[in-house]
Amino acid sequence: MPDCQRLTTDGLQALLDALRARGYRVIGPTLHDQAIVYDDIHTLDDLPAGWTDEQEAGHYRLTRRRDAALFGYAVGPHSWKRFLHPPVQRLWRARHEDDEIIVVAEPAEATRVALLGVRACELHAIAIQDRVLLGGDYRDGHYQARRRDNFIVAVNCAEAGGTCFCASMDTGPQAQHGFDLVLTELVGDGEHRFLVEAGTPEGREVLAELPASPASDAEIAAAEALLAATAASMGREMAAGDVRELLLANLEHPRWDDVASRCLTCGNCTMVCPTCFCTSEADSSDLTGTETSRSRHWDSCFTMDFSYLHGGSVRASGRARYRQWMTHKLATWHDQFGTSGCVGCGRCITWCPVGIDITEEVRAIRETRDGAPT
Amino acid sequence: MAARPDRAPPGDPLTPRVVRVLKRRRDAPRTVTLDIAADDATAFQPGQFNMLTAFGVGEVPISLSGDPADTNRRVHTIRAVGPVSSALARLAPGDALGLRGPFGSGWPMAAAHGHDVVLIAGGLGLAPLRPALYRLLAERQRYGTIALLYGTRSPDEILFRRELAAWQRRHDIRIGVTVDHAPSDWTGHVGVVTRLIPGLALDPANTLAFVCGPEVMMRFTIAALKEAGLGDAAIHLSLERNMKCAVGLCGHCQFGPVFVCRDGPVLCHDRLGGLLGLKEL
Amino acid sequence: MTRVGLEPIIRAHPLFAGLDEAFCQLVCGCATNVRFRACDYLFHEGEAADRLFLLRQGRVALETPTPGQGAIVFRTLDAGELVGLSWLVPPYRWAYDARALEPVRAIAMDAVCLRRKCEQDHDLGFEVMKRVVPILIERLHGTQRQMLDVYGSPS
Repeated sequence: MPDCQRLTTDGLQALLDALRARGYRVIGPTLHDQAIVYDDIHTLDDLPAGWTDEQEAGHYRLTRRRDAALFGYAVGPHSWKRFLHPPVQRLWRARHEDDEIIVVAEPAEATRVALLGVRACELHAIAIQDRVLLGGDYRDGHYQARRRDNFIVAVNCAEAGGTCFCASMDTGPQAQHGFDLVLTELVGDGEHRFLVEAGTPEGREVLAELPASPASDAEIAAAEALLAATAASMGREMAAGDVRELLLANLEHPRWDDVASRCLTCGNCTMVCPTCFCTSEADSSDLTGTETSRSRHWDSCFTMDFSYLHGGSVRASGRARYRQWMTHKLATWHDQFGTSGCVGCGRCITWCPVGIDITEEVRAIRETRDGAPT
Repeated sequence: MAARPDRAPPGDPLTPRVVRVLKRRRDAPRTVTLDIAADDATAFQPGQFNMLTAFGVGEVPISLSGDPADTNRRVHTIRAVGPVSSALARLAPGDALGLRGPFGSGWPMAAAHGHDVVLIAGGLGLAPLRPALYRLLAERQRYGTIALLYGTRSPDEILFRRELAAWQRRHDIRIGVTVDHAPSDWTGHVGVVTRLIPGLALDPANTLAFVCGPEVMMRFTIAALKEAGLGDAAIHLSLERNMKCAVGLCGHCQFGPVFVCRDGPVLCHDRLGGLLGLKEL
Repeated sequence: MTRVGLEPIIRAHPLFAGLDEAFCQLVCGCATNVRFRACDYLFHEGEAADRLFLLRQGRVALETPTPGQGAIVFRTLDAGELVGLSWLVPPYRWAYDARALEPVRAIAMDAVCLRRKCEQDHDLGFEVMKRVVPILIERLHGTQRQMLDVYGSPS
């Protein structure tokens, strides 16, 4: 960790102030409805100090920590797509005047947004959505505008959640790139401090304004040990190397029927997934018919309407819809975008109301595929 | 190997332009063809589609069915099946609608230079093939033998009847029309469209097939073409899936690794592997 | 035209192409040359299926009369094709009408004669079956696909 600086909690407040002074709206983890969700942050008091989460398949509970760590939990039900690729986006409005129709595109919203507390898996998720929404012939102008002016403060994970498997997906727990600043929170020895490194020129500029001091070798060693311990204590794992080939060779595996018998096709997994990007569009008009508009909203491949064609759904069974979601995420995403669509954050496992575990489903197919030892 | 524009056309791809209906013709029960005044001179490729908006109702993908050489109008053949297509099919000359496009890949017209080409259409699938036929006939000397085989439900559902009759009188193209059932005054063919393939005596090494129709029809047509000796790389299909954005951003039209709107709708069969036979993919 | 004159025609027909000499003699012994004018019926639904027709020229429509809609044509057959399959299995009755769409020339085979020869010589019977069954399967698959009404629009 070269050029590693240390900040106190006051120093972290100074970071918030510096970002706000630069015109950034700062969004970060807050406590709301017994979950840690992303919202506006004004002072350190807005952060969930001293809280952690218990996560298991279909299970999420907040509990108190013994210390006052500000980032002592794993990811919650929100992801940053809520702000970068929001759930509802108006696309245009049309005014009907006499015989004329005037269509006005919704202007792209370009706000300066700082994201505070972005985990390594989430940096990867943002990079994946960048490829999906900005990497092709056609770009999503709204996403592009929202991504243009971001300041990203990443946080290295000091502990793994019960459903985390970023170590398997090679997406964490340490932030490698895609941030302006990265923090590692140290709460031991009765002293609360943050190691901080810059990843961009703007990050260095901001860091230079903060009351930071050089980190000691002991602090750097402690941070490295912490990250190694996190990597070694993942709640889940997935053998990801050949999962694309595994799933594409097993599109008719009986396990799809098995998982379909448990899946409620509620779509929770797609809503909490930080890379799921699918949207649908809805047109509406006012009562007089003088103004019409189109909005797009998050959609899920678990709905019947998603694949609607000529009076019916192409994927009518739960089996087909679960298979579409999982094979897209883990297999065809590679064909489409050159990466996996899964970052190992574990949200789909935690927030599945019946506790379906994507790592377990992959394992079950692997162990019972054609030619597997029985 | 499907033809594809070099890059996205300029402008906001998600906002429709307002265009006007020039002419409306009834082609078959519940099926009309709209000529829409072109708002720009952008050429489209045979096989591409536009997104058409009935304001306040919604938007649907409709393939271009007119002559690609005619830059004054955009022609769309629409069957009224849902609320949006029904609203579009009710439009009269002078009415306004929204248009985005053209989108997607086209038939591999250039790759077919010097080859025999057989177009096989099922039902409304004749609409996206008609621009290919206009192009083939406009550049007749570039191609070998040309044939169009067209299967539909019954004689009263036959699209573009007068044009078909005119093409049937030409000596430089073979036209075969067959229906699933007919009243007794029908003297044409009755039976599945693939029955007309053997009569063409295709040269499998030198023939490209462009196929468009319902998926079941395309599956049995592929089987018949392969029986006639054509390879997967010689068979091109126009696929259909639910499309919302038409530019590869909304995720709806996925078919395995393919985004039908962006990679298709025209795709070479060798790209699809065995996926076409897979249930509920 | 004599029966001997029919032999090269039968031999050239796809149904009997490549048939062994002795078998060919047996088959030709059941054949006669027939002609129909346009709109003539080759046979009607319910009649005894005592003949089969190898079309040489002209097209034939297979149809079923429907109250209120007249006859509905569900298949047309071209030169080179076999008209009639019901002669093959009991109760040997036609299941539909066959109408000439244009002047038709055909070889008519006496089905009773052909069935008897097939029964007497199972090798001949097997040869005939091997040639008729693929036609049967093709008609079945075609009919299945037409029944699916794939071009119909959902109501």
